[in-house]
Amino acid sequence: MASLKLNDVAKSYGEVDVLKDIDLDIRQGELIVFVGPSGCGKSTLLRMIAGLEKITGGTLEIDGQVVNEVPPAQRGIAMVFQSYALYPHMTVRDNMAFALKLAKKSKPEIDAAVTAAAEKLQLTPYLDRLPKALSGGQRQRVAIGRSIVRDPKVYLFDEPLSNLDAALRVATRLEIAQLKESMPDRTMIYVTHDQVEAMTLASRIVVLANKGISQVGTPLDLYLKPANTFVAQFIGSPAMNLLPARITGTGEDTRLRLPSGAEMTVPIPSPASLRDAAVALGVRPENLRVAADGDTVLVQSKVQITEKLGEVTVVYMDPVRAFEGDDGQTIAKLPGIHRISAGTPLDLAADPQDMHVFHQGKSLHYLEARS
Amino acid sequence: MDNIAGQKSSFVWASNIATLTLVLLWIIPTLGLFVSSFRDRDQISASGWWKAPFAVELTARGRTGADTAPEGDHFSVSGNIFDDREARAAFTGDPGAVSAFGIKGAEPRAFQVGTTADLGGGETLTVNPDGSYVWVTPEDPGNRGKRIYFAAKSPPKLTLANYRTVLTSDNMSRAFMNTLTVAVPATIIPILVAAFAAYSLAWMEFKIRGLLIAGIVGLLVVPIQLALVPVLNLHNAVGIGQSFPGIWLAHTGFGMPLAVYLLRNYMAGLPRDIIECARVDGATDFQIFVKIILPLSLPALASFAIFQFLWTWNDLLVAKVFLPSADEYKVMTVKIADDLLGSRGGDWGILAAAAFVSIAVPLAVFFSLQRFLVRGLLAGSVK
Amino acid sequence: MNPVFQGLTTIVLGVSGCIAYFYTSNLVLDRVLYPARGPRITENIARANQIRPWLFIFPALFVLFVYLAYPVVGSAFRSLFNRSGADFIGLGNYVALLQSPDFRRAFLNNALWALFVPAASVAFGLLAAQLTDKLAWGNAAKSLIFMPMAISFVGASLIWKFVYAVDSDIGLVNAILLGLFGVGPVDVLQIPFWNNFFLMFILIWIQTGFAMVILSAALRGIPEETVEAAIIDGANPFQTFFRIKVPQIFPTIVVVWTTITVGSLKIFDIVYATTGGNFGTEILPSYMMSFMFRDDGRATAVALVIMIIVLPVMISNIRQAQKEIR
Repeated sequence: MASLKLNDVAKSYGEVDVLKDIDLDIRQGELIVFVGPSGCGKSTLLRMIAGLEKITGGTLEIDGQVVNEVPPAQRGIAMVFQSYALYPHMTVRDNMAFALKLAKKSKPEIDAAVTAAAEKLQLTPYLDRLPKALSGGQRQRVAIGRSIVRDPKVYLFDEPLSNLDAALRVATRLEIAQLKESMPDRTMIYVTHDQVEAMTLASRIVVLANKGISQVGTPLDLYLKPANTFVAQFIGSPAMNLLPARITGTGEDTRLRLPSGAEMTVPIPSPASLRDAAVALGVRPENLRVAADGDTVLVQSKVQITEKLGEVTVVYMDPVRAFEGDDGQTIAKLPGIHRISAGTPLDLAADPQDMHVFHQGKSLHYLEARS
Repeated sequence: MDNIAGQKSSFVWASNIATLTLVLLWIIPTLGLFVSSFRDRDQISASGWWKAPFAVELTARGRTGADTAPEGDHFSVSGNIFDDREARAAFTGDPGAVSAFGIKGAEPRAFQVGTTADLGGGETLTVNPDGSYVWVTPEDPGNRGKRIYFAAKSPPKLTLANYRTVLTSDNMSRAFMNTLTVAVPATIIPILVAAFAAYSLAWMEFKIRGLLIAGIVGLLVVPIQLALVPVLNLHNAVGIGQSFPGIWLAHTGFGMPLAVYLLRNYMAGLPRDIIECARVDGATDFQIFVKIILPLSLPALASFAIFQFLWTWNDLLVAKVFLPSADEYKVMTVKIADDLLGSRGGDWGILAAAAFVSIAVPLAVFFSLQRFLVRGLLAGSVK
Repeated sequence: MNPVFQGLTTIVLGVSGCIAYFYTSNLVLDRVLYPARGPRITENIARANQIRPWLFIFPALFVLFVYLAYPVVGSAFRSLFNRSGADFIGLGNYVALLQSPDFRRAFLNNALWALFVPAASVAFGLLAAQLTDKLAWGNAAKSLIFMPMAISFVGASLIWKFVYAVDSDIGLVNAILLGLFGVGPVDVLQIPFWNNFFLMFILIWIQTGFAMVILSAALRGIPEETVEAAIIDGANPFQTFFRIKVPQIFPTIVVVWTTITVGSLKIFDIVYATTGGNFGTEILPSYMMSFMFRDDGRATAVALVIMIIVLPVMISNIRQAQKEIR
């Protein structure tokens, strides 16, 4: 009952394009997360869906209806703002009832809706308080409660957790996940810059960068098969290592010459036209290991600094031979505690199935599908 | 910053003393007039207000009695000068000791008290500190006593007589009501008009919005002098003339730029999220204004109301131009500036009382609502 | 009709009239002109939202136009006509003004006011703001220094006329002169030239509180770290004040300065209530009032001169506002 379709949606302020060519299908009951670096336009996109920003190109459909010119209140949406946007002069009860009162709902109807929402969010004892007498977490829940009361088709969340401290953020994240679970047919769109929130909450993630959509997919899709170097480095922490390599053989599998000079075959298909092409070889820090006897050495390096976190040790390394077109640093995340002093030479290896190959920034995984 | 080690205590002392000096310099003039408004007019001209707690030496005159019996070759009259009505009336409280006396108006302190003054021709006069006297004269005084001039301490006396005079005989009560009649409507009416305009300039999108805001900032400094002649002519042309409705309209117009500017600055500072949230909740612009913006803007509305009230209450110029000059239309500032300073130029007790009648209300507003006033000032000038 | 009753009626009528106007005009727009229903709902809503700002702003704009914008033009126009308004005399009124020694006197005095009053008010205000900032009784002190702001110019004139009174048993100035220096009574309001300063001081007395309040807020707004850094760098309190604090609040000082300057060009009450413009104390606003009701041509010409003096401030304020909006 609530699907959204964005066709070629664009936003510009005068001459300046903020977003363009946004195509996206959102199915009913999905929890879609928009992520991206600050300034990528993810909040703007959400506000366009809400109707708070004019859409300057393309169409937005909700349930098959073009709603470009429909005012926010008639779109069947509710929005939770980053600052909560509670009305400071109204009690919790009045805050939650405001939209229903404006819609001229009957008094018993309003009371029932407010009571139910308050119950669900454990806000019943605070109904007659003003927002300033609530803690940050409670305010956040009032903001969510205010949207529940309206029973919208689509929930919009604009970085709802960024004003909370770390512990509360985890707790509220779980509450939002439970909320979604309790309303499987409601669609939610959630904006965040925190990839952990994105990975844990989303049924699908939309990564926005460079005024457009970089990749859409389930959290694991993005982790396992990032479509481009941007997504590869944006999802996962520390970011994926990108090492220079050259394709020496194409076909069902691809043969690569590694920075160490050794050659290796990875199970990714490549077209013949890419033979001899310079590519970026992506390996996540957690997939790197210290090369054992018989391993193909990926890169030879020298330890710069180690960060011992207990469960893992993060090792920052410089390559022994500087290679072209790279900032040079390689990061490995080794399980357990390792005491390695600076300057120690270290040979690194990884399994072929954990490797990603990017040609001109795009993943070979998706190359065939596209061409 | 109070915790910094090694701060010199002499410096702290110096700033305390400097502040005290400044504060004293700033309040002493007002204090002086305030004290004087409670003093008797004779005392005001006899000693400075800073001596108000002390007795004042006043000179007065009286006449002795004339009941006498011949004692040999002369007549002797005795009694107390303070029994004389004229002498007594010169002192508001219980008179203090007589310090000197005389028999000529020009020399009221010719003789020391307690001594017997030889007045020539066998006539003598003795006046004691308590006012008792003995007058010995060779001629029968008949029924006419002797004129005595004397100086005596008059104890300090505070009185509400000046206020009574001002409010009853000088028509100040009428002027007070007129001021109130001008100030209250001229404060209330612009607020709502300005608030709607401020909201549209702060939160609604339309083409020449920026231009209008700039225009209002420009009008903020237009001297009122410029408006006097054309607006008065306009009022005369449409039949309002010089009248209360005329001055209400004038004050509304002259206060409007500040009202719109102040309220717009404040409203523009309200969180965008709240307004957008209300919009998502289904509120129209009118509902957003009434249910969200107005309640949240109360501090700014109060600030402006205080400004406008003080300004209209204290105004002289607009009242002189837009109200008729007849006495029944005079507001207090006009009354003081045009009437009292002229007709009662030297009567400081009355002037002081009149001044305090006119500044009592603004001072009360000031001290009780200072918080809003400061906030408004800051919103209006600091960016 | 009793003016008090008339006042109450006006309040009720005025306020309810405003409410009725805003409410019904909105209603008409949303229900009658562009109803939010039917096949053209989105178009109608968009149109209504284009018109609505004008409904909201119209009454204010109307009042601003009639009482401030039109009079600028109206005064300029009227100043080109003679006393009765019947004959066009071009710049005749201005020529007459330039030839009048009284006008020159008033102009020069006003220039003196416009220079001295803001300078002294800002200096006193800055001093008071800095002194009271750290004191335990600072807020009480501020309140007392700020108090004259609530007093009318007429009331203030009366208060200071009392201080300046010639009789040394009444006026504090003469009592001090007599008590400390044994100098005979002086009427300070009649000392040529210097009497202007005694009048200006009345306005300074009023405006210092204004300057103090705003500068004090600005001083508090200075990041404390910069002051602490200066102290660690070895600056003494005076150096901290003049080299660290004052430069940081300079923009605010400019705002306060210009606001007081504009005020000192417009205030006629003080001169009117103390000297009546005699003894060489005339300034432009009081000079204008001497023509009011008698020669509108000459009066508007003087008003226009005041306007021209204020114009640079006006232009810079508008520029500033445009910068802030963008």
